[in-house]
Amino acid sequence: MKWSEFFVTGEPLIYAADVAIVLTMIGIVFVLTYFKKWKWLWDEWLTTVDHKKIGVMYIICAVLMLFRGGVDALLMRAQLTAPNMKFLDAQHYNEIFTTHGTIMILFMAMPFIIGLMNIVVPLQIGARDVAFPYLNALSFWLFFFGALLFNISFVIGGSPDAGWTAYFPLAGNEFSHGVGNNYYAVALQISGIGTLMTGINFLVTILKMRAPGMTLMRMPMFTWTILITCVLIIFAFPVLTVALALMTFDRVFGTQFFTMANGGMSMLWANLFWIWGHPEVYIVILPSFGIFSEVVSTFAQKRLFGYKAMVGSIVGIAFLSFIVWVHHFFTMGAGPAVNSAFSITTMAIAIPTGVKVFNWLFTIRKGKIRFTTAMLWSLAFIPNFVIGGVTGVMLAMAAADYQYHNSYFLIAHFHYVLIAGTVFACFAGLHYWYPKMFGHILNERLGKWTFWLFMIGFNVCFFPMYFLGLMGMTRRMYTYSDGLGWTPLNVVATVGAVLMGIGFIVLCYNIYYSARYGERDMTGDPWNGRTLEWATASPPVHYNFPVTPVVEDIDAYWVMKKKYGGFHVKEEDLKPIHMPSNSGRPFWMSVAFFVAGFGLVFKWFALAIAGALFIVLGLILRSFEDDDGYYIPVDEIKRMERAARKGA
Amino acid sequence: MKRAKWRALLMVPLFLFLGGCVERTAVLNPQGPVARTQYDLIMWSIGFMLLIIVVVFTLFAVFLIRYREKPENADYEPPDEEGNTLLEIVWTAIPILIVAALAVPTVKATFALEKPPTEKVKPITIHVTAANWKWIFSYPEENIETVNYVHIPAGVPVKFKLTSVGPMNSFWVPELGGQKYAMDGMETELILQADKPGSYMGRSANFSGEKFAHMEFEVVAQTGADFRKWVKEVKQTAPKLDEKTYTQILKPGLVGRMTFSNTHLEWIDHAKQNSHHENGHSKGREHQRDDGMSEGHHHGE
Repeated sequence: MKWSEFFVTGEPLIYAADVAIVLTMIGIVFVLTYFKKWKWLWDEWLTTVDHKKIGVMYIICAVLMLFRGGVDALLMRAQLTAPNMKFLDAQHYNEIFTTHGTIMILFMAMPFIIGLMNIVVPLQIGARDVAFPYLNALSFWLFFFGALLFNISFVIGGSPDAGWTAYFPLAGNEFSHGVGNNYYAVALQISGIGTLMTGINFLVTILKMRAPGMTLMRMPMFTWTILITCVLIIFAFPVLTVALALMTFDRVFGTQFFTMANGGMSMLWANLFWIWGHPEVYIVILPSFGIFSEVVSTFAQKRLFGYKAMVGSIVGIAFLSFIVWVHHFFTMGAGPAVNSAFSITTMAIAIPTGVKVFNWLFTIRKGKIRFTTAMLWSLAFIPNFVIGGVTGVMLAMAAADYQYHNSYFLIAHFHYVLIAGTVFACFAGLHYWYPKMFGHILNERLGKWTFWLFMIGFNVCFFPMYFLGLMGMTRRMYTYSDGLGWTPLNVVATVGAVLMGIGFIVLCYNIYYSARYGERDMTGDPWNGRTLEWATASPPVHYNFPVTPVVEDIDAYWVMKKKYGGFHVKEEDLKPIHMPSNSGRPFWMSVAFFVAGFGLVFKWFALAIAGALFIVLGLILRSFEDDDGYYIPVDEIKRMERAARKGA
Repeated sequence: MKRAKWRALLMVPLFLFLGGCVERTAVLNPQGPVARTQYDLIMWSIGFMLLIIVVVFTLFAVFLIRYREKPENADYEPPDEEGNTLLEIVWTAIPILIVAALAVPTVKATFALEKPPTEKVKPITIHVTAANWKWIFSYPEENIETVNYVHIPAGVPVKFKLTSVGPMNSFWVPELGGQKYAMDGMETELILQADKPGSYMGRSANFSGEKFAHMEFEVVAQTGADFRKWVKEVKQTAPKLDEKTYTQILKPGLVGRMTFSNTHLEWIDHAKQNSHHENGHSKGREHQRDDGMSEGHHHGE
């Protein structure tokens, strides 16, 4: 292989990115060395098994990936602003929409949600960490190095270019000769293994580690959605694992599972992909429903309306999410009986979702609504998501779908559900739990600027796309000709995208501004919260709760505040706390995964085998490890509690 | 935020009318019975969807205005209500009724679209082959072939038999009706019909590689007499297609419009499973190279 094939060449944008990457890396190394922070980085972050720190790292990655995916989006919008634009060529555009989709779903939405659940779930259930802290660190680092592997494709070797759905035979060796789709197969595999382990970890955590008194039907709604999401992950992700493994065999070892020749079956890929892919969108939307439920209830200052119906509808949606996948390809010609059946199952999802929307509405009814930034995101979710939802029902009608399929109508629909659902939830959750993560509040004024810019920009960007779809514009077109009448709406959409971009910049500035000048949260409960995470200090001491709280009802902390005026700990009740030890092994094992993956991508098998051997070595070392963690003595707890609570 | 939403809703019809684009909104401008069936279904669903939007948005606006925190209600303590079984039954039952009202016509239409819209006229058959990045139309009965455009008689159901050489494409002529996939080694059938003579834009709706955006074709609907005249002309004036020319056409790239007085179905039907590469034998692989398909598009340059 020649160097000119190894590095992506020929595009000024790429060279600029190369320079930026090198400068950033030099900058990071310099800062760490100058301030003597290497040991701090290793001890406090790279080897940590603390769910809160792992959650923070997930969210940092998610925000970086939101930037990357957002730049992809802006490049696409720039190219589509006018007909016959020459800003991007076809190949470059194809790579960009592929990475935009893949990154936004798997490396932005997923880690954002998983980050929030890492921080919040153990706190909400009154636990000291997750069930398997070591595994949790491994999950994060696998995600991290999977994302890294996927992202380097754009400067080394070339990005995947067959869409985030990677349909065969286009994504196979017959039509895609570069390494781009190898990156897709291997990077998603590595981070997917991490996600699967997260699913198992949190399922066990929620089932086994709830505080005394917290029955399943007293769990906070966010924890409920995470529990069900874990079930979805455990059933859906193995399908992705298998599909990607077959894809890797096809692409790297020349098997014929999805090829045109020798009995390969490209439709098999589409089915496997969506049997995972449809539950996957619920994996990112159910936790969002949970976040909205928490925020709406807190700032309406009223308990969640119809708790049992909310739980029932989550379970219903989760069940239905596994029997609707064919609606992604009604146009494949499966026949009217199959299409009708999947039409009906898909439309049925509207029923539990509708129940949830009305329950949120009736939670704010008779409430006393405080319009904080987190609440604005949650309120805006309702009308925007309803627009996405009803157009989803329209898409579910098979006979009509033949006219919407793969058009901009579809693009508008899924951005309305994924942005108004998941992205709004991530922002709501970020503002809501930010004081819990960092001990200070994100500035509300800047937060509201972000909200209005992004929310209005979102509508200006995506609402016209419904009409572009009805005009016949299909997704993934890198250009279109003049005279089709598509230009005005495309210009409007680009303006909206720019507004969203500005909103994101304000958010980033807000993070910086609030770190320096933001209001410090000394109480641990800045929003008058209802659930147990607000019973801890902000940020919580690494063992979370000095003594395990006892739960008496739904909204456990609210009840404590009403009955006892808060969560009080008597020093004589303190006992030594058992905590897990840090470990560097998850980090270096994930590096080994990265090396093995990189070897597979380029078919450098010696490198792949070397990486694999290190993975096995890590497994062996872990199996024979004798580390039961450590105990924090009572005096130490007393000291830490006083330090953490000095403001309260 | 609500205001912004309503403004967006109001702006859209404004755009459409000011731009004079109503007839450009292809899906809402049906020119045949298939598209009309789908149009009716779409309009039926939009009615219900607007109803849902109006109900939700109204409740949303009323609750936001009435129950916001203000200095006057500083002492107000929100009630500790768990839910309301009656209300919850209502908002479960109404969506069920709406889904039923949508499901029945959907199932009817989905079955109806698999059959020709009229029994009175004998349908004609046209084989459609998608290749990187062009559309090939073969008329087995008339024994002619066209590339990137297709003539059809108006008022006659047309059975398009879809297949592909290579990546999956989707055959879509929005003014005449919804799309269906064209897949390698498989055959799908899409029935369309034009009411009257005219020209309709068609394109691939499924991404198939680098120059996918250019996979457009024109559907020219003609009166029966004009259509027969055109077929006769083609048979008399168009050149013969041979395997060599056909292999050239299949090579990845763009080609203009072409017309031939025979069809490639004489020697190959891509709809047959593994038609252009026999099972596993090396001969099959060579053949695959021959037809230019393994060249694909180059990557990451």
